[in-house]
Amino acid sequence: MKNRGVNEDQQPASMDALDYLEAEAIHILREVAGQFERPALLFSGGKDSITLVHLALKAFRPGKFPFPLVHIDTGHNFKEATDFRDTLAQSLDEKLIVRYVEDTIRTKNLQEQTGKNATRNWLQTFTLLDTIEEFEFDCCIGGARRDEEKARAKERIFSFRDEFGQWDPKRQRPELWDLFNGKIQKGENVRVFPISNWTEMDVWNYIRREKIGLPPIYFSHQREMILRDGHLLANSAFIQKDPDDQIVTRQVRFRTVGDMTCTAAVESEAVLIDDVIAEIMATRVSERGETRIDDQQTEAAMEDRKKGGYF
Amino acid sequence: MDLLRFITAGSVDDGKSTLIGRLLYDTKSVLTDQMDAIERASKTRNQAQQTNAPIDLALLTDGLRSEREQGITIDVAYKYFQTPTRKYISIDAPGHIQYTRNMVTGASNADLAVVLIDARHGVIEQTKRHSLIASMLGIEHVLVAVNKMDLVNYSESVFLDIASTYKLLAESLKINNLTIIPVSALNGDNVATKTTQMTWYAGESVLEHLENVQIRQGVNVADARFPVQYVIRPQTAALPDYRGYAGKLLSGVLKKGDEVTVLPSGRNTQIESIEFGEKEIGVAIAPQSVVLHLKDNLDISRGDMVVPTNNQPILSQDIDTIVCWMDDRKALRVGNKYVLQHGVARVRCVVKAIDYKIDVNTYEKNSAPNELLLNDVARITLRSATALPYDSYTQNRANGTMILIDETSNITVGACMIEERK
Ligand SMILES: Nc1nc2c(ncn2[C@@H]2O[C@H](COP(=O)(O)OP(=O)(O)OP(=O)(O)O)[C@@H](O)[C@H]2O)c(=O)[nH]1
Repeated sequence: MKNRGVNEDQQPASMDALDYLEAEAIHILREVAGQFERPALLFSGGKDSITLVHLALKAFRPGKFPFPLVHIDTGHNFKEATDFRDTLAQSLDEKLIVRYVEDTIRTKNLQEQTGKNATRNWLQTFTLLDTIEEFEFDCCIGGARRDEEKARAKERIFSFRDEFGQWDPKRQRPELWDLFNGKIQKGENVRVFPISNWTEMDVWNYIRREKIGLPPIYFSHQREMILRDGHLLANSAFIQKDPDDQIVTRQVRFRTVGDMTCTAAVESEAVLIDDVIAEIMATRVSERGETRIDDQQTEAAMEDRKKGGYF
Repeated sequence: MDLLRFITAGSVDDGKSTLIGRLLYDTKSVLTDQMDAIERASKTRNQAQQTNAPIDLALLTDGLRSEREQGITIDVAYKYFQTPTRKYISIDAPGHIQYTRNMVTGASNADLAVVLIDARHGVIEQTKRHSLIASMLGIEHVLVAVNKMDLVNYSESVFLDIASTYKLLAESLKINNLTIIPVSALNGDNVATKTTQMTWYAGESVLEHLENVQIRQGVNVADARFPVQYVIRPQTAALPDYRGYAGKLLSGVLKKGDEVTVLPSGRNTQIESIEFGEKEIGVAIAPQSVVLHLKDNLDISRGDMVVPTNNQPILSQDIDTIVCWMDDRKALRVGNKYVLQHGVARVRCVVKAIDYKIDVNTYEKNSAPNELLLNDVARITLRSATALPYDSYTQNRANGTMILIDETSNITVGACMIEERK
């Protein structure tokens, strides 16, 4: 337990943009706790979900979280991220539930994508929906932000999903002021995005301000990479090699952390968070554009996945 | 750095998405891959329609497949940009009447509304409807952008005509902070920078206005209202008796030692301490999310409200309220029951009366209709199952809002702004 001493200097004379965003996110997390019987926080070990966990500490400590952390593990995750996930859950003494896409593939006899840019991204949805059913989760908190992608830019903070997990972008519930309506029938589900209004820069600035720890892959390190169509992918057994692939060793960091099969790295010497922030501020390419291979396949990739029950 | 949230409103095709696209483009907020994507989409559309139009910046906000296919906005899109002065959340609203409830959704948190008017058409019904909504919601500032000036030869007299019509309208709606700017969203005239096309216009560009406008002047700092969202009770060996009331301070200021009353029970106590992030802070200001500790061990649960003993809200089961009706399937009628959500509290309520409906064209109060249909704006009287601690919307916006939820579909069907009770 942390020191609970008086610290009057903590009080900001006025709130800046980050303080507003933080207050809004804490409010949303507490609404989840108040409105749902069996919520869960989807946790991947990436910077956005790590930020969510930090916000949950601010919302609920010294109490325990009113929800478990849940990870849908594709089996293609970076080891650094899953290690971080396990260590964090343990050090916070919070419950962690991990479900494996591998198991769903086996029990449901699902067909995996094959070939060059094969990913398990789409298959995650099946495992997620099964996990929701298994634990009867009525709410899943996610770390998606509206600045990430054009379909996400349209989604409510409390995003209603029907009994099949589907998002209907043409019939979203009105969402007024700070009054969140999480009322649902049994079997339905709400996805809640507390950091909807945060930008990538806000997350980084917050991580710096709050001194939040991150997995080492976010910082510059040397790694063996596959150079493919101008993207650098971490060399791993999960990636089916292509004759045109080149294996190279580079000094890289990752700007997002998804599956190894579809997350590209950027070349970087940035070892400290200040350097990472400076580099991201200078770049002219968006986070997903630079690092996610999966979104580039069709114009409406994200919208289609969300309609199918994706995060 | 502070944060300004603004919405674009106005009728279909008045250029809302284009204006936001232009602002993003001119503030260098569009990254190269996003630009490539809309360039590709524009090209595909040009090929399909055999046209040779320039890159369509509206595609930056029209993020859904059907929006891009139909060239319209269906639901609000949130876009983020930043200048050295401010951070902005831009909210692009749909113009179609059918999607008005989505516009209300976006407008409910806006500090400023940009109302677009097509210079060729002037003020039309949807301009009036959106202006009415902006005024009901008490959006602090209204910026009217008379758009497509390029299609009327940048004519000063066209602009002045529209401006004077709108000023009358604004007066009847009691819109106080009004700015009117002639623009071409497509060409970027007076969007981020002043244009040379309209030398007769001496005022600011849209972005200059956004940069300079003073916001949150209307925030209520006087009346502290703290609804309890969640009770933190670790019940561990180290903290057997810890009991913290977590919530967001909606308005006003609370300090350690303040005499407070818990509503609806009416019991008095004192603030023993205020915590944020497990550290004690002396003062909480709205809209901070904090944890309160009270001197006495009272029975307090989610939905109760902590207020200063010497400054209490109305506590009543009878509520007069303006409502925007948002259900396209069912009408609101006298005698209907709904779930009412005020802050974090939910109670059942019944509609006692429809007092009047507001005509969106004339802003006249039409006496007592039988029912309210989608997009109607009216004053109604509700009675709730238990007393609610509320303020009027004009007195204290943060504690003067409610939503109505359909009891069977669970959909949010009404947006309510509470009126002063006579
Ligand atoms: N000539 C000219 N055309 C414009 C201007 N602004 C917008 N347009 C065009 O008007 C059409 C509609 O623009 P949008 O920005 O999609 O309109 P909107 O108000 O967002 O429409 P909804 O969201 O569907 O209500 C497009 O073809 C734009 O290119 C302008 O300043 N001048």
